[in-house]
Amino acid sequence: MQIDPSKCVACSNCVPVCPMGAIYVDPQINRATINYDECVECGTCHRMSGEHLNPTMVRTVRKLAKFFRFRFEPEPDVCPTSAFVMEELEWPRIARRVFSDPLVEHKSTSIKGRGTEEVKTNDVAHRVDVGEVGYVIEFGRPGVGVRFHHIQSMTKALAKLGVAFEPKNPISHLMTDKSQGTIQEDILNEKILSAIVEIKTTIREVPAVLDTVMEVSKTIDTVVAVGVSTRCGDAGEDTELAPVLEELGYDFERAKTNMGLGRVTNVQKKEEVGDQHLAPVR
Amino acid sequence: MTNTLHRYGKAASFDDDIIVFAIPCKGKNDEGALDKLKIFLRICARYKPSNMGNSSFGSYKPSKALRPTVHWNRDTHPDYESVIAAVEKVGTVAAVFDSKEKAESCLKDVIEADLGLSINISTSVEGAKATGECCGIKRHSVEYSLGFFDPHDHLPNSQVLELSTMCGHGMVSFNFAKKMLDMVREGRRTPDQAVSTMARFCPCGVYNPDRAKRLLEESRTRQA
Repeated sequence: MQIDPSKCVACSNCVPVCPMGAIYVDPQINRATINYDECVECGTCHRMSGEHLNPTMVRTVRKLAKFFRFRFEPEPDVCPTSAFVMEELEWPRIARRVFSDPLVEHKSTSIKGRGTEEVKTNDVAHRVDVGEVGYVIEFGRPGVGVRFHHIQSMTKALAKLGVAFEPKNPISHLMTDKSQGTIQEDILNEKILSAIVEIKTTIREVPAVLDTVMEVSKTIDTVVAVGVSTRCGDAGEDTELAPVLEELGYDFERAKTNMGLGRVTNVQKKEEVGDQHLAPVR
Repeated sequence: MTNTLHRYGKAASFDDDIIVFAIPCKGKNDEGALDKLKIFLRICARYKPSNMGNSSFGSYKPSKALRPTVHWNRDTHPDYESVIAAVEKVGTVAAVFDSKEKAESCLKDVIEADLGLSINISTSVEGAKATGECCGIKRHSVEYSLGFFDPHDHLPNSQVLELSTMCGHGMVSFNFAKKMLDMVREGRRTPDQAVSTMARFCPCGVYNPDRAKRLLEESRTRQA
């Protein structure tokens, strides 16, 4: 992302808008400036509303108002001169945009966002069955960001447990060796807003996996959010995962619940009802 | 759409935060799904959701061609029609409701429409279960949020977190949520103005302006 210095009027509206806190007004040049290493190319600043006002006119008005100590309260989500420019990015920096801008589609999943369909389509895809547990381990959210080498610390630890990484997940696509959990080297220092690692195990591995996630979280300088999923029984009850989580002392007040209304309707695909299951846990 | 899973707050705080979303499964039921997604959104629109989104923008969206007079005359109402009209690619669509009754009525109509798409509800564990039972359906699968592990104390106070995490993609920054909190507390913005401003940053349209408004009203007297 770039800010056009000929347009910027240093109104500072964009400073709090940046999820990474990567924008500041540089007093030397009196223009908003982006800390390029901290910017994750999420596009939030670029999506601010715009007015296309004349920069010279806005600067003059602002100088006058400042001299008389007047406070003008502009709309806080507006860049008055539309000064943000989204630049063409090259590898590896483009990985920042792919993982941080929710409007960019991942080629590996063909969906926007950082993960897969998870259990949202479990009623059709049968990714996670009764007695199995799907995990979405998310890094950098909310509002902190993460570098790929932090994610690699977790994937390496999880690989040692012998878990199966979801093959369609964008992070899995960046792994050079899934059995070791290693991620390709050239992007390890790239910072992104967030990423999700998806794995699947049986119920009995839940304590070991969650303990590992907790332990590795202490060693990486970011925040980690965890979601765990399972298929309910015929009566709609979860009698397997919830008791384990309770025993481990986890609070789980919020959930995403698949209501089971989906069905296969694609004409040519009707015979392929079962999705390919992940590799079994070692 | 994991962006709705990790909203910060206790279960009771989600009584006015129920997200119903439809998602086609690639290769299984995505053929002809575009029209079904539009039907789903039209059903949701009948019950006046707090927000609605089509994965590209929500019913509150930014504009690149504002006039200077907008500073005194900004529209703070949701625009459902543009969201429905702009569903041009198969993906997730969602509607956010501020009451259990609205969500139940909507779900009953969705069941009646028999779209064949996967329908999910994101709210409290018990809230989703009860909504399904009220409509005569049982849960198929459930994904629990175990919350945030933050051993390095990166996260801000609970009020900022509650406001910010309603855009799970993180497009409503901590600093911006704090700015809106301060502006409301100082009487420089009304809660209505502040929530529509925050909602414009959520491109999926799952930010809940009604819950945000309640939180902002409470913040005037509540310690963080």
